[in-house]
Amino acid sequence: MAFSGLSRLVTELCSTLRHNGSDQRESPQKHYLEGNMPTQTILITLVALLLFSYFLGRKRSIAVSMSLNEGETPLHSRPQYYGYLVAIWAGMPAILVLTLWSSFNAPIISSLTVASMPETQNTQSADSIGLMMNEIINLAESGKAAEHSDSVLRNAATHYQRLQGISSLAKTAVVFAVALVGMLIGWRLISPETRARNKVETVIRWMMILCASIAILSTVGIVFSVLFESIHFFSSVPPTDFLFGTTWSPQTSMRSDQVGSSGSFGAVPLFLGTLLISAIALIIAVPLGLMSAIYLSEYATPKIRAFAKPVLEILAGIPTVVYGFFAALTVAPFLRQFGEMLGLSVASESALAAGLVMGIMIIPFVSSLSDDVLSAVPQAMRDGSYGMGATRSETIKQVVIPAALPGIVGGVLLAASRAIGETMIVVMAAGLSAKMTINPLEAVTTVTVQIVTLLTGDQEFDSPKTLAAFALALGLFMVTLLLNIIALHIIRKYREQYE
Amino acid sequence: MSNSSIEKNMANAEKPETRDEFNVEIDGTVGSPFVDNPKMSSRNCDVFYADKQAIFNVNLDIAKHEIIAMIGPSGCGKSTYLRVLNRMNDTIPICRVTGEHTLDGEDIYAKNQDPVLLRARVGMVFQKPNPFPKSIYDNVAYGARLHGLAANRSELDDLVEASLIKAGLFKEVKDDLLKPGTGLSGGQQQRLCIARAIAVDPEVILMDEPTSALDPIATALIEELMDELKANYTIAIVTHSMQQAARVSQRTAYFHMGHLVEVNDTKTVFTNPEHKLTENYITGRFG
Repeated sequence: MAFSGLSRLVTELCSTLRHNGSDQRESPQKHYLEGNMPTQTILITLVALLLFSYFLGRKRSIAVSMSLNEGETPLHSRPQYYGYLVAIWAGMPAILVLTLWSSFNAPIISSLTVASMPETQNTQSADSIGLMMNEIINLAESGKAAEHSDSVLRNAATHYQRLQGISSLAKTAVVFAVALVGMLIGWRLISPETRARNKVETVIRWMMILCASIAILSTVGIVFSVLFESIHFFSSVPPTDFLFGTTWSPQTSMRSDQVGSSGSFGAVPLFLGTLLISAIALIIAVPLGLMSAIYLSEYATPKIRAFAKPVLEILAGIPTVVYGFFAALTVAPFLRQFGEMLGLSVASESALAAGLVMGIMIIPFVSSLSDDVLSAVPQAMRDGSYGMGATRSETIKQVVIPAALPGIVGGVLLAASRAIGETMIVVMAAGLSAKMTINPLEAVTTVTVQIVTLLTGDQEFDSPKTLAAFALALGLFMVTLLLNIIALHIIRKYREQYE
Repeated sequence: MSNSSIEKNMANAEKPETRDEFNVEIDGTVGSPFVDNPKMSSRNCDVFYADKQAIFNVNLDIAKHEIIAMIGPSGCGKSTYLRVLNRMNDTIPICRVTGEHTLDGEDIYAKNQDPVLLRARVGMVFQKPNPFPKSIYDNVAYGARLHGLAANRSELDDLVEASLIKAGLFKEVKDDLLKPGTGLSGGQQQRLCIARAIAVDPEVILMDEPTSALDPIATALIEELMDELKANYTIAIVTHSMQQAARVSQRTAYFHMGHLVEVNDTKTVFTNPEHKLTENYITGRFG
């Protein structure tokens, strides 16, 4: 209610402006272009203003402190803090105004435009108003509004342009006014009584809290969006079918009278495939990674270590798609031939090929982290063991590894969640058939692969087929969450024991 | 070389008026570095870290069942020398040790000598208590298990108990043997490390500033313990506390800039030092 009142007020104001400024009426388009100082320009100018206010504040505080007499209270903080304070006063309110203005600009102008149109147009349904608004905006921005044939649209578009122009001008003016007023306030604050350092540090602390909460809120947002879509999915497919069903065939037909009109969404084969491939990968990566970490941290000379560690870490930098075609084009055919030699039938896309290559890929996660924690075990601990007459390998087995275990477990679990979430290698090398098997020589499919196939191509976003992707994502998230909880529990248990 | 480095040090000294007092030629070791029938002995010992010489021509005997204290300003080489005696310096790749070193007349740097076995005979207690991240029991049993000193569980139990009793820790921990050793107080941890060292039944125990991280009460306990241990073991202790050296040791060796300056009965060193440098150090004018 309040909003419509306000919008009417602004409409009145605008129409008054329109009638008074005759030149505006003649060339609205020109005005629209001239008045439009883009937001980037405003921001850059604002940054320059901030720098200027910093130096101004700093200079002013030095001048103030010089002018103080003997015996008077000196300035509370160092000059740069007064500089920061002035800059904060100049910048923060202005940026806040700019952000708010930019985010509320479009909806307000749209509703004003709609309100200015004849009754027949603005009483339509919300959807068609939205479509019409799109047309008007396109028309206004194409710069050919005046030549359009439909008079209603033409008027609306010119009106829209005018409003945009006013808004843009007003935005520039208001933002700089706020910045200057803020600067003035900051300037007047420069005095011995102002605890500039404390104020600046408070602002910085809140900025850090803001940054931290953005990360947390994004996580929470993602979880909730996946959760709600999953609930949507589970309203058409019973959760028990999804959790315990052993057949995965998400293809649904367009019409209900076709064969196989409803897909089956049993996720067990997918999770089984994921676990199988991840297990193979970990069987490869954990011993290899751990052994190389032990060699690097305990036996290698500094020269070898300086060379080998970065080379090993390069493995982590290879794009997964490269691993993917390596797995599909090199490893899988090799395994197939090798299997034939032994009289085994190996599918050309097999869990083994994908798992092997994925294992190689996650070696650096295990080795690099384990190497760091092994190297962090205090030399005093090793000395103590050597001093008892222990050999190097006894020391490593009985003292160094137990002391580093929480970190090693952390590295392994990180590698495990990486393996579970890995997509590219399995898309290319593991296949798409959702078989219920733990035979590594057969083709299997994973949760991530199915999410990819469900969401690529043209899809409608309200069928169970696409919604199933969200349910799978939720399941995947649950598994990695569980892994993390277990990891934290193990680490905490060891901490309690050893610290 | 030594003279110039001493002079360099002098230039940084806080009391320039006493400069001449320190500028004393170090020419061999004064006092009585040698004993009859020593437990351990070193002749012409030089130690290098890469190109830098840390120990210059040290000759010293350690008698059976004595406590010998090694004192001197920081960086004088006393800890380095201690680590020569159980070949702990072998674990530092750039470190090189020369000279003859014997344990019961046996060359400990001989080709066929296994440093691992040597360290079981010459145990070590470190400056900072460094219990392993294991239970108290496992800490003490560590060496015994390595060297197969106990045939079965009950023998091992006895050995752990006996070692903890000898280290004066048993009463305090007998109900908590399975709790982590790292959960003990600093002084208890250090006694645990001593118990761990004597569980292997070494002949010599090297102690590298064993009480410098401890409070006076824990220090007193460990000093008492050392006095009891000397009946069965030979002990060499590096210490920064001259009072401690005076309290616990029978002989005292004063190291200075990598040289062994003076070795004498502890009483002589602290009441009537032969060398000017020793006198300066114990009277607090240096270091």
